[in-house]
Order: sequence, then C-alpha cells, then structure tokens
Amino acid sequence: MPDEPKHIVTSFEADLKKLRDMIANMGGLVERAVADAAQALLTHDPDIATRVIEGDARINAEQHNVEQFTVRLLALRQPVADDLRQAIQALKVVTDLERIGDYASNIAKRSIVINQVASNFPLAGLGQMAMLVQQNLKASIDIVGEADPQKAIMVWRADQMVDDLYNTIFRELITYMMEDARNISACTHLMFIAKNLERIGDHTTNIAELTYYAVTGQNLPDYRPKGDITSTYMAASSD
Amino acid sequence: MEVASHNMPPEAVVPAALQIAPLAEPRVSVRNLNFYYGETHALKNISINFPDRQTTAMIGPSGCGKSTLLRVMNRMYDLYPGQRAEGEVMMGADNLIAPNLDLNKLRRRVGMVFQKPTPFPKSIYENVMFGVRLHEKLSKAEAHERVEWALTRAALWGEVKDRLHASALGLSGGQQQRLCIARSIAVRPDVLLLDEPTSALDPISTLKIEELVDELKQDFCIVIVTHNMQQAGRCADQVAFFYLGELVEAGPSSQIFTAPRERKTQEYITGRFG
Repeated sequence: MPDEPKHIVTSFEADLKKLRDMIANMGGLVERAVADAAQALLTHDPDIATRVIEGDARINAEQHNVEQFTVRLLALRQPVADDLRQAIQALKVVTDLERIGDYASNIAKRSIVINQVASNFPLAGLGQMAMLVQQNLKASIDIVGEADPQKAIMVWRADQMVDDLYNTIFRELITYMMEDARNISACTHLMFIAKNLERIGDHTTNIAELTYYAVTGQNLPDYRPKGDITSTYMAASSD
Repeated sequence: MEVASHNMPPEAVVPAALQIAPLAEPRVSVRNLNFYYGETHALKNISINFPDRQTTAMIGPSGCGKSTLLRVMNRMYDLYPGQRAEGEVMMGADNLIAPNLDLNKLRRRVGMVFQKPTPFPKSIYENVMFGVRLHEKLSKAEAHERVEWALTRAALWGEVKDRLHASALGLSGGQQQRLCIARSIAVRPDVLLLDEPTSALDPISTLKIEELVDELKQDFCIVIVTHNMQQAGRCADQVAFFYLGELVEAGPSSQIFTAPRERKTQEYITGRFG
C-alpha cells in the first residue's frame, strides 16, 4: 500500500505499481464508456453510441492484460499479506470493470434503438441516475489507487441512492406502458437501460468492497444498504 | 432492514475461510521467558503456547531470537557459561528451565534436528539406536522393531531397509536429514524441534521433509524454525513472528499470511525489511 515502506526487491515494488496503474488505466476506459453511453442516450447521438460499442473490445483486452500480469506476479513473486490481497483485488476488480463495460455497451446499443422508435420520453431521471453512477464509479476506481478504507465504505453505502432512483424510474416507465401499449417497446429498452445502470452501481460497490478487503484484510458485511425493490413490484390492476 | 449510519464504519466480518478451529491443548507453554547471552537480552518476556499434535513455525530475521527459543526448550544453553533463562517453559508439570531438571530425561522428551544433517559416523541402524540405548534396554527384536518404526515414520525405511548396516555417511543430504529425524523420534519424544531442517537440502528433499513434518505432527508437537516463508505457510498450523527478541505476533498460519494483525509482521513477510 502507498504509505508503507518499499519492498527490498525494487522490481517487485515496480510490478505492484504497474498493476495499480493498469487498473487505473482500465478504470479510465470504463469510466469513459459509461459517460459516453449516457451521453449517447441523452443527446440521441448514434456516433457516440457506436464508439462505446466498438470500444468494449479494448476494455476486454485490458482485462486480459491485467489478469495475465497478475497471474505472472502470483507465480513469480508468491506475494503474501497485503501484497497477496492486492493481487486478488486486481483479478476481481477487472472482472467487475469488464462487466461495467458490457453494461455501458448495452446501454449504447439500446440508445440507438430508442432513437429509432421514439425520442420524446423525458430522460431526466435516467440522466440523474447515470450521473450518480458515474460519480460512484470514479470514486471507487480512485480509491483502488488511494487504498482508503473509509472512502471505500462511503462508496459502498452511496449505491442506495442509485437504487432509489431506479425504483422511481421503474414505476414511471410502468405507468407509461399502462397508459399506452405503443410505449412498451421504447419503455422496455429504457427499463433495461435503468437496470444496466443499477447493475453498474452494484459492481461499483463490489470494487469498493474489494478495496476495503485489500487494505484492511477484512470483509465488509454481507448486508449492504439496498434499495432496489423492483424484483417484487407488481403494477396495480386497472379496475 | 436497519440502515447503517453514514458516519459509523460497518462491522467487518472474519471470512469463513479464516475462521479456524482453536489450537489444540498446549504441549509446551512458555510464560514470561527472558533469556540472556551474558549482557545481551536475547528473548524479552516471551509467552507462547506450542499446541500438541500441531506444527508451530517460528519466523523472523536473523538474530530475532527464534533459534534461541529452540535452544532454551532443550537446554542447549546449559553447555555455555554466562547464558541464563528466567521465566517458565512448562511441559506438563515440569518447568524445562528449572536448574534441578534431569537433562537426560529432558532430551529424551524433546528431540532436536539441526540445519545441517548431523549423522554419526556409524551405520544407519546404530544412528537410530544411539539415543534409544541411553534410555531403554531393548531386546534385539524390539530394537529392530524400533529402528523400522523410526525409519518408517521418517519416510526413509523403503530406501535403506536393505543396507541398515552400511555407513550413514553414504546417504544423500536429504536422506541424512531424514535419518536425523528418525534418530530424534526413535526415543519417542513429546516435542520435536527442527532448526531450519531444509536449508541445506535440494527442493525435492525439502518437500519430502515437509511431507514428513505433516505426517509426524499426528504424533508429536512440532516446532520448526525456518527462513522460508512459503515453508512456514505450508507446514505450520501456527506461525510466530519474532523481532529483536520479542514475539511480535502469533496466530494461525492462514491468518498470518493473508491478514497479519501487526504492521511489523506484514512488512517482514512481504519483504519490506529484514
């Protein structure tokens, strides 16, 4: 971790630094993908959407780079204690980042379809959700480098607001669909977009949990303040 | 569900994989042990339990006191004037550092194997029987049985059974070290002390000794001093980290190597000082 004395073997120190840099780099790509996907949706811009979809391959490639580098580090350095936890964190964080990249790409794909079927739905709620998700994602990636367990707890808790927004959007979209069956196609895509953002929020909390573990050696509890109640939601019947 | 307050850290949990069954009953219990090489205070107020039928590894940089603790446990220091121990090293009702303790009996109960193999320039058979003869009168059949038992437990029987009366000096380094282990366990001690037993061996012989340690802990309390961190992790149930004559931390090996409690332990095992 950054404030500790350096390793006697400087090349090991350099390897661990490189690992942190690789994660920061991949995190940057994923942040960019989520930001672009949100922009493509909100500004109805298919070019940006296409850029996100095409950029996903690079994120996947970065994941493989980090994994290969970490496996090499485990095999050659046989790290223990905080070094071991940092290597494990790297392996798992890049899996979360890769999934976030997939969700961003899926949002971009759906934004193109929505432009074709309808572009007059109010997107303020989704925009707000996307902004919050981006903010938490950036914080979670920053704390991987900063190794700050207190900030990790803050990010871990902040996801509840994302869930609350998701519930609101879910209900709003159900209402549109109940009002007019012709809304169903667009609203379904918007609902998946909201769900993708909500899932990005969950993976963001995973990154925060992994950082907490890497720094402290302890796991955060299983219960996390969760607000997504849509899995049990039923629309009221119209009679 | 109750939502945790934002300014309170959540209660962290110990992962299931780290929730280890408590260590067995102590075979040797060290309490407030201090040791002096003349003016030098080499062990400072050490308290630690060595559980029965489990392996404890002692790690730490050179001069930290781990080998000194081994030497205290079988009173090797008695051979040198000016060296003295204070405190308690209890094995059952006996304080191992009490001045009136019968050293011959002690050394039958506490076996020791050193860094370099130390076979006597005698036959393999005589090496194993050497200590036994000091303590027991066995018939020829019983003696042969004891030799076979000790060599089998030391994973050497298959390799030497056809040349028991050949010189022990003709064995390879790894075989010689296993012979020394056989010689130590032939007197049926309670505790087996291993002082860097593999540092002079090749990797395969090292693995054989490690496998042997794993087998032997079913019968003995084993204490091993090692500079090989991976070896400590592989062999030991409990790991104790010493630094400058103090016991910094002792705990289950899986905890010490994944999430040590003390910063000094972490810095040592990750190679940041030492």
